Amino acid sequence: MMADSLAASENSGPLIELKAVTRRYGSGTAEVTALQGIDVRIEQGDFVAVMGPSGSGKSTCMNILGCLDTPSSGRYRFKGVDVGGLSRDQRALLRRHYLGFVFQGFNLLNRTSALENVELPLIYRGTGARERRQRAGQALAAVGLAGWETHTPAELSGGQQQRVAIARAIVTDPFVLFADEPTGNLDSARSREIMDLLTVFNKDRGLTVVMVTHDPVMAAYARRVIRFRDGYIENEGGREADHVS
Amino acid sequence: MFLETILIALREIRRNVMRSSLTILGIVIGVAAVITMVTVGDGATRQVANEISSLGSNLIDIYPGQSFRGPGGTRSAASKFKIADAEAIEREISGLAGVAPVNGRSAQAIRGNDNWSTLITGSTNAYLKVRNWTLADGRPFNDDELRAGSAVCIIGDTLRKQFFGGQDPLGTVIRLEKISCRIIGVLKPKGQSGFGSDQDDFVLLPLRTVQRRLAGNTDVNSISVSVLDGVSTEKAKADIERLLRQRRQVGEDEEDDFHVRDMQEIVQTLTGTTRLLTTLLGAVAAVSLLVGGIGIMNIMLVSVTERTREIGIRLAIGAMEKQVLMQFLIEAVVLSCFGGIIGILLGIAASAAGAGALKVPFILNVGIIVVSFLFSAGVGVVFGYFPARKAALLDPIEALRHE
Ligand SMILES: Nc1ncnc2c1ncn2[C@@H]1O[C@H](COP(=O)(O)OP(=O)(O)OP(=O)(O)O)[C@@H](O)[C@H]1O
Ligand SMILES: [Mg+2]
Repeated sequence: MMADSLAASENSGPLIELKAVTRRYGSGTAEVTALQGIDVRIEQGDFVAVMGPSGSGKSTCMNILGCLDTPSSGRYRFKGVDVGGLSRDQRALLRRHYLGFVFQGFNLLNRTSALENVELPLIYRGTGARERRQRAGQALAAVGLAGWETHTPAELSGGQQQRVAIARAIVTDPFVLFADEPTGNLDSARSREIMDLLTVFNKDRGLTVVMVTHDPVMAAYARRVIRFRDGYIENEGGREADHVS
Repeated sequence: MFLETILIALREIRRNVMRSSLTILGIVIGVAAVITMVTVGDGATRQVANEISSLGSNLIDIYPGQSFRGPGGTRSAASKFKIADAEAIEREISGLAGVAPVNGRSAQAIRGNDNWSTLITGSTNAYLKVRNWTLADGRPFNDDELRAGSAVCIIGDTLRKQFFGGQDPLGTVIRLEKISCRIIGVLKPKGQSGFGSDQDDFVLLPLRTVQRRLAGNTDVNSISVSVLDGVSTEKAKADIERLLRQRRQVGEDEEDDFHVRDMQEIVQTLTGTTRLLTTLLGAVAAVSLLVGGIGIMNIMLVSVTERTREIGIRLAIGAMEKQVLMQFLIEAVVLSCFGGIIGILLGIAASAAGAGALKVPFILNVGIIVVSFLFSAGVGVVFGYFPARKAALLDPIEALRHE
């Protein structure tokens, strides 16, 4: 039902639109305003890097964009649909069908094979076992992990684990991939591999990628950079490389 | 989708064998305890009933004097019965299988240097029938012996073992107090009675022999009557009471000066007692099952905390509240059912062993097995719900950040 309404609004406006979004934590004297009223637009097929100092509100913004959290005020439209008006379960459905997540800490299920980890979102979608296995296998192959299906996270390197996490995020063919510091735990060679993968998915599949990073080298893979400072968006620019010198 | 949730739950259980087995331990023990208690208890009840019916089916005992329970009069105060009373009962009351007048007393039995204190029962051949005795060897009394009060006896199995071991006692003469008595029959053993006394430890003599040669009177201490199958014991009892009141000239508004005791009554009292005990033990065991349920809740709660990150991942990638709830609930139910099944098997084994050790019949009560299985499933639902709800309501962001 919601899938239909989202599909119908395919061509109306940007994929993601934040208007005057604020997010406050706590109350009274302990109140912290993590987002002070930000506007963000992300078009379909974009590759956005989110940068900024620690505590500037990047993760808060990502959580809202990823429909894991809701704004304290302001408006978030995803494909024209007002996310603020959705229930917890409706947002879960939105995540299930349109969004993919890659987290900094990999966040794979322990004692669970790579294939089963990748299958997980499909299980919640109700995909049949046979199709699930096939698609999970393809996703693992797409991140270069063909042959590693039966390995558990404990038997995989950090880079491999993050690639399993990416496979899990893209196995449902989402509109957007949200990645909060996906290379934070990896060395630079491994990080570049991950970035290459994201670039490939962005280019070949038209997957919209929104990624938080502290590393200008990683941000350089993106088409544009959103900079946060103290809950505001400092500037919106083109490639990070343009602003380095 | 429901099936998938079950599969997820099963997979989680399999991944954590240690945690799972700890979780179900309480249920296993609880169910096993309930089944063992109830099964062994049922066996004991059946045992008591069997033993009492071996005393003589449809047995009615009549004693002079008022009931033990009754107020006032003591048994010795009332006049004893006479043979005529027994004969009157036999003659005038229909539906009786046998009427045996009894005059018994304890006495020393002597053979050579062997000496044994036993019970002497003076009665007729009807006694054998009424009390369900069968001859292992020899013959019952003949009419001449009964009429004349001859010195012949039929011995129980205990005396045979005491005095003769493997030898043939038939024809041998033993001393019973003042009289020398020829053994004409040997009874088949019955074993311990439900009251713990040795039923086989007695010697049967013709009533006249006991009256004349040992007691020196013509009294009948009690009358044992057995009712034909299909005839109401209640009715026979009432008939006997009416007849005896008349014969003993008990006034309209006077209490009976005799007491008619019905075996059925005793069976009911005794089996009732064991049944109550079974229920009590079962209830205690059921409490332990409940404690097992709390154990499940405890470990499920710990497991929710331990698996916070997993739950966060599931929620983030699109699991709905009710799916997480179902997953944990199904895990709890599958675990407790599993515990129930293991408990049932263990309980059956334990009660078979227990029944063997206590020498009571092993009667499997299917009802209690079904009930304890359903109960353990119910325990899973009830005690799994709270932790499952806790998991389902977790905030995915917080949960993901959880270490
Ligand atoms: N759950 C929370 N409760 C209270 N305050 C919070 C919570 N989450 C974030 N904050 C506050 O909001 C502000 C923004 O936090 P956020 O996590 O968005 O920063 P960030 O840019 O992601 O930083 P980092 O680069 O360290 O990850 C911080 O001041 C933080 O203390
Ligand atoms: Mg952050």
